[in-house]
Amino acid sequence: MIPMGTGAVMFAVLRRDLQAALRRGSEWSNPLLFFLMVCSLFPLGIGPERQQLAVLAPGIIWVVALLASMMATDGLFRGDYDDATLEQLLLSPLPLYPLVLAKTFGHWLVSGLPLSLLSPLLATILQLPSEGLVVLMVSLLLGTAVLSFIGAIGAALTVGLRKGGLLLSLIVLPLYIPVLIFGSAAVKSAIDGMAYLPPLAVLAALLMTALALAPLAIGGALRISVDQ
Amino acid sequence: MRWPLAARVSLSSPDLKLHNLYSERDERVLFAGLSLSVSAGDVVQLAGPNGSGKTTLLKILAGLSSRYEGDIHWRGENLITQREDFRQHSLYLGHGSGIKAQLTALENLRWSCAVRGQHVADTDLHRALTTVGLGDFIQQPCYSLSAGQQRRVNLARLFCCPARLWLLDEPFTAIDQRGVAEIEQWICDFADNGGMVLLTTHHPLSLPRPLRRIELGRT
Repeated sequence: MIPMGTGAVMFAVLRRDLQAALRRGSEWSNPLLFFLMVCSLFPLGIGPERQQLAVLAPGIIWVVALLASMMATDGLFRGDYDDATLEQLLLSPLPLYPLVLAKTFGHWLVSGLPLSLLSPLLATILQLPSEGLVVLMVSLLLGTAVLSFIGAIGAALTVGLRKGGLLLSLIVLPLYIPVLIFGSAAVKSAIDGMAYLPPLAVLAALLMTALALAPLAIGGALRISVDQ
Repeated sequence: MRWPLAARVSLSSPDLKLHNLYSERDERVLFAGLSLSVSAGDVVQLAGPNGSGKTTLLKILAGLSSRYEGDIHWRGENLITQREDFRQHSLYLGHGSGIKAQLTALENLRWSCAVRGQHVADTDLHRALTTVGLGDFIQQPCYSLSAGQQRRVNLARLFCCPARLWLLDEPFTAIDQRGVAEIEQWICDFADNGGMVLLTTHHPLSLPRPLRRIELGRT
């Protein structure tokens, strides 16, 4: 038996979550499919006119990404709560901060990251001008990470409730709004040839704040949820 | 079997001391004025009818529940200030499965050790799983195991996570006759080596060493 450093423990938590998620595909593939389907339905519903779609595209992609992210959030701690491995996590002699951080990062790797990587494809379907592609991807990479942290707080608060789904949406949706505003603003600015760095910088700042504070809130919320 | 005891301390004072513990649930008193001292080598069985607060007491001790009044002392100091030390030296097996169904027994065990901050070599994990009778099922995903076998995966943690105090909530659930005898033997060996065990069970225990019974739900 050798004591492990915090980094090694975080890696072990991350690895196990990724293994578990990959072996049960529905957890990460459902939100992704939702994202793909809804985005590809818009051109059919609105009509294929290039100009019209191009105006709507940043907003559509961001709204659907936000909803897909919210879908994925509910399962973040649900499985661990049901099989009581969450108790083991909470009873760890290590601080909860790095453990929760690893879990949230793992969740982003299977939800936000694939969604961001797929976004250029959907942007093309939605006729998004090519100037916006890179900014869209960067804004989604930053933004979905913030959404994961915010969603994790909500998921931790509601994990003890049998039907926490609606409550979870009510808790996280207002907090998601700033991310949506700055995310889609960055893409629109890039398309219009304006400065897109300021909204991206705000997203990065939001991410840094979430990184520093959200794990504390998530840890506290988990302790409250288990203490029923 | 050599037990991985984390540390040995003097046997003179009780390691775990509950003083005047009170807990209620939905305005129903579960226990009041509960006092208990547990020292090295003690095996304490918490008994009582369903809903009498056995699980609640174990959760309070483990640190999962804060719904109590009264004092708990760990090694002479208030438990609230000793949480980290307590977590390092205690092992709680709740009545949930404690394992991820889509992972193998080995992966589950490795994770359980890792979140306790311990890297345990694969050979030791193999040995632990062999001890609980899962030597042939190490690489199988846990969903393909029976309920009793899944329970054994969780029990294997007893053999690779060093602790001085076991908090076992219904450890015999879904375990066969022979398994029950085995677990009793493990508890015995552990206590012989200076470990402490608090367990809840409705099963009549037959241990070759003195056992203390605490009756709950008789207030």
